[in-house]
Amino acid sequence: MEKLEELRLVVSSSPHAQSEETIEKIMFYVILALMPAAGVGIYFFGFNAIRVILLSVVTAIISEALMQKAMGRRVAVKDGSAVLTGLLLAMNLPSNAPWWLVVIGSAFAIVIGKQVFGGLGFNIFNPALVARVFLIISWPVQMTTWPRPLPLFSKALVDAVTGATPLGLLKAELLLKDNIGEVANISMIDLIIGNVGGSLGEVSAIALLLGGIFLIYRNYISWHIPASFIGTVIIISGLFWIIDPTRYAGPLFHTMSGGLMLGAFFMATDYVTSPITSRGMLIFGFGCGLITILIRLFGTYPEGVSFAILLMNMVTPLIDKYIKPTLFGEVKEGA
Amino acid sequence: MNRWQVFINGIIKENPVLVLLIGLCPTLATSGSANDGFGMGIAATFVLIASNILISAVRKWTPDQIRIPIFIIIISTFVTIVDYTMHAADPVLYANLGVFVPLIVVNCIILGRAEAFAYKNDVLSSTLDGIGMGLGFTLTITVLGAIREIIGNGTVTILNYELINLGEGFMPALVFIMPPGAFLVMGLLIAANRLLIRKRG
Repeated sequence: MEKLEELRLVVSSSPHAQSEETIEKIMFYVILALMPAAGVGIYFFGFNAIRVILLSVVTAIISEALMQKAMGRRVAVKDGSAVLTGLLLAMNLPSNAPWWLVVIGSAFAIVIGKQVFGGLGFNIFNPALVARVFLIISWPVQMTTWPRPLPLFSKALVDAVTGATPLGLLKAELLLKDNIGEVANISMIDLIIGNVGGSLGEVSAIALLLGGIFLIYRNYISWHIPASFIGTVIIISGLFWIIDPTRYAGPLFHTMSGGLMLGAFFMATDYVTSPITSRGMLIFGFGCGLITILIRLFGTYPEGVSFAILLMNMVTPLIDKYIKPTLFGEVKEGA
Repeated sequence: MNRWQVFINGIIKENPVLVLLIGLCPTLATSGSANDGFGMGIAATFVLIASNILISAVRKWTPDQIRIPIFIIIISTFVTIVDYTMHAADPVLYANLGVFVPLIVVNCIILGRAEAFAYKNDVLSSTLDGIGMGLGFTLTITVLGAIREIIGNGTVTILNYELINLGEGFMPALVFIMPPGAFLVMGLLIAANRLLIRKRG
């Protein structure tokens, strides 16, 4: 007995596989993958974007440390998860958001979205999205006043001009004229590089795609959720577009506009709040895509990515319960 | 359990909403403002005290098999009184509370206390239990309403007295006067109450 004690054997449940990956490393690479999109946001929306990002990240770190201390947990802000939450929230905000909006949102994400449930690994919903939806319901005016992109260092006559996002314009034109109207004139190039109004990190589809592909290539996320999420949006919006191109925008427009790229690659793929199995992920992505496109086409809100992901977060435990990986080494029933 | 304990239990240690988690529907639905919450609290408290007294008084002649229908008849009698009185005295409050006034009949707190307490205890204890539980309910729903109103609208108004007004510069968070705000504040209140109970030992 004494010998056994000296050995200090650690008895724990599976999995016992060791890996080089640490939370810090994963968080670092996800943040790295977000950098191109954040860079484009800073280029188009100027110093205001830097202000929102810094404010959000710093608030997230402070709230995480304070909450962990208050709740008697180990203070683990160094794992980078709070930084990522703060950055993701900032990328979901308009660059001209007032400072208090950013601070309240970021603290809400950490305190209510994450720590109340038990911290990293226990949250049911994606914390950044919880905060975004909280903000958009609470302060709809401030959350939907989008500045027009104004490239850094360009000479401007006025400080900032506000205007609608492409998806907001689509909704307004449909209400007023019963067709897609001006939306037909939006340049696809502008949509792809991000020269349109919107949240500071969601505008550039190409930069987000780049970051997403990097994460898939490095095996930090699997392709299942983004592929089925974006694929569902393309197929359903394509069907409606074929039926009536004057009233429904094309699949390319729906893919490149709004928060779809950011949501599909960076927020729906959150390890904690998405299913474990690949079949489960496909179902999860399909649900996200379906709800997104239904809200975009028939809802009162112009954009539905955040609501779609949060709703599917709720179903994740159910998906994990019914979609189980095959167990090997068991005797088939009745065999 | 002495009579003082019976009375004080309902406010913190056995608060019907925050600890027993009953009567949640009216609490969540009618706490959009401090005044609505207070009105609902008072209405339910009146019914609770009156029905507790009557049920306790007739408990010896109530056959066990049909006690629930008898409770319901007694409770709905008092709810009808409240319904008509409120309709005449405060039509604005009556309109705000809407369907939740007649629904006091099925308020779990009232039926729950009838079954768990009044049916088994004497009239005086049942009265004190009704007052304590009613106070606990009224206090909780009013505080819930006040928190939601001050964050969601920048004001706190009870019985036409404006207690707090944060003015034009305050940016209210609309979510707090909407249904999600009720759940959010409710959860935080339950946590605060548990902390209070734990600290007191």
